[in-house]
Amino acid sequence: MSLARILVPPKARRGDVVDVRIAIQHPMETGFRMDNNGRKIAKNVVNNLVCRYNGAEVFRAELGSGIAANPYLQFYFLAKDSGKVEFEWVDDAGEKGSAAASIAVTA
Amino acid sequence: MCSITILLAAGASLVHGAQPFRPQPLKSGIEFSSAEVRALQHDDFSSPAMLWATRGEKLWSESAGASGKSCASCHQDARASMKGVTPRYPQIDPGTARLVNIEGRINQCRTRHQQAAALGYESDDLLGLTAYVGMQSRGLPLNVVIDTQNRRHFERGRDMYYTRMGQMDLACTHCHDRNFGRKLLNDTISQGHGNPYPVYRLEWQTMGSLHRRLRACFFGVRAERPAAGSQDLLDLELFLAWRAQGLTVETPGVRK
Repeated sequence: MSLARILVPPKARRGDVVDVRIAIQHPMETGFRMDNNGRKIAKNVVNNLVCRYNGAEVFRAELGSGIAANPYLQFYFLAKDSGKVEFEWVDDAGEKGSAAASIAVTA
Repeated sequence: MCSITILLAAGASLVHGAQPFRPQPLKSGIEFSSAEVRALQHDDFSSPAMLWATRGEKLWSESAGASGKSCASCHQDARASMKGVTPRYPQIDPGTARLVNIEGRINQCRTRHQQAAALGYESDDLLGLTAYVGMQSRGLPLNVVIDTQNRRHFERGRDMYYTRMGQMDLACTHCHDRNFGRKLLNDTISQGHGNPYPVYRLEWQTMGSLHRRLRACFFGVRAERPAAGSQDLLDLELFLAWRAQGLTVETPGVRK
């Protein structure tokens, strides 16, 4: 289960700068750690995260092994039209996750 | 003669069972934490512990096991039915007459009523459900009652708390009663209460149960570590819950 919590304001006015947050539950395994038997634990981090607003990409992040477990990101975009804010991410193991919320924009 | 013996025995147990020392004033561990950790715990969105609570919320209404029942099938809305549950645990299970904590109770529900496999003690699912159940009691004071049924467990836990152990030859009391508020390396020693558990510990980079934290303390004094969910740790958990009576539930907490 790839789980995330997202915070997108349900309502905004056109031209507002909207504050968006996402927290993803992920161990962000660095690849530098060993298990109890001395074997290397394979690197597994969320390497790519995209946010689309009504289909158009508004934010993209490439994460690496320097990011702590359960990455938490916050960014802003300009509210134009009502619609969907979609997040998609993928980790090194190929597991994909997604989350979406809708935003209503008034004039 | 017989009655005198009984009276003597009662007197002796009274002396032995005298109220152990409780730190005054009682302070939750969060009061010994840095401003950043406090801010993280108090912000319901950015607290990483809430990820597990959200997982628990999802699992609550997912059916499991051969019965096809979910937690919600019997307990309905957790926000109403689970309010005030965590402060009463650990408690004696009437069926088996054994001491169970919230984790144990959830697993009992799974095996008895859902006919599903028990969850691993430190698994994300069990931590999530425990956090979600505990969260419904946030702000309510811990309130375990020591009675004839659980007194034996309480006394075992209390004795463990005051017994020196490990290569360091320390008991819990030496740090958490006599030296709280002082520094141990770069950390401030707390009074050792279990009211925020399960917590997201920044050092672990994940959520952990109270038993995991207790095992870390056993490791710290270089003593043999009891297994998570073992009788030793359950008894200690009961004593700690009694000792923290009046502190409010902070689940799911955040610690350094």
